[in-house]
Amino acid sequence: MEGFRNEMKMEFLAISSNEGFARVAVGAFVSELDPTVDELADIKTAVSEAVTNCIIHGYEQKEGNIWIQCSILGKMVEISVTDTGKGIKDIALAREPLFTTKPELERSGMGFAFMEAFMDEVEVVSEPWKGTCVTMRKVIGESRMA
Amino acid sequence: MDYRFEKEYGCLVLRMPEELDHHQAEFVKEEADGLILKYPVRSLIFDFADTRFMDSSGIGVIIGRCKNVRFSGGYVKAVNLNGQIERIFRLSGLKKIIEVE
Repeated sequence: MEGFRNEMKMEFLAISSNEGFARVAVGAFVSELDPTVDELADIKTAVSEAVTNCIIHGYEQKEGNIWIQCSILGKMVEISVTDTGKGIKDIALAREPLFTTKPELERSGMGFAFMEAFMDEVEVVSEPWKGTCVTMRKVIGESRMA
Repeated sequence: MDYRFEKEYGCLVLRMPEELDHHQAEFVKEEADGLILKYPVRSLIFDFADTRFMDSSGIGVIIGRCKNVRFSGGYVKAVNLNGQIERIFRLSGLKKIIEVE
């Protein structure tokens, strides 16, 4: 399994009905690593948060596309979720738990906190009016060895 | 969304959808708020028996409805959470805000 490598890319419209599609597609791709039920739930939740952010914040529920690139290297899964929306002004602030720019939409401000809790690493690259790319990594099977 | 109102106790039970994400959250909020206006709700129960998935969008749904019901002195509870949803409740602090069974 050490040198095992696989990769996939997908592009879809930034509409809320694609949130379910995106997390299920990534979940299916990752399933060949034989993740536990919890690991799979972690990945799906993290993808759902990232995609929801693109739709609500990146594009503010207007038209746009979302790209997901997912690769498997040995037991590590790397997932990048990219939009070309409005970007994040202050990334450190956006990542703070409970911080939200959209309280009127009853957003909880827990999106990034969940990505961080459920994945091993989360990297955010963003530029105002160019877009945002969130890259998340997780090693599968670690919890079983512990 | 399926629901039932137990008149005797003023208890509104909302059956949450299979997946409570941002997409579903919009429908649930609207329907739940309509029901809370329609019935004299003294306690609101979120029933997660059918729900396999919930993300942070679900938290907003619950907290928002809590505010609406508690405003008039009502009581809120969540029941039948699976492991994934229980974790979301715990990590978000929702478990400290509403009773979980």
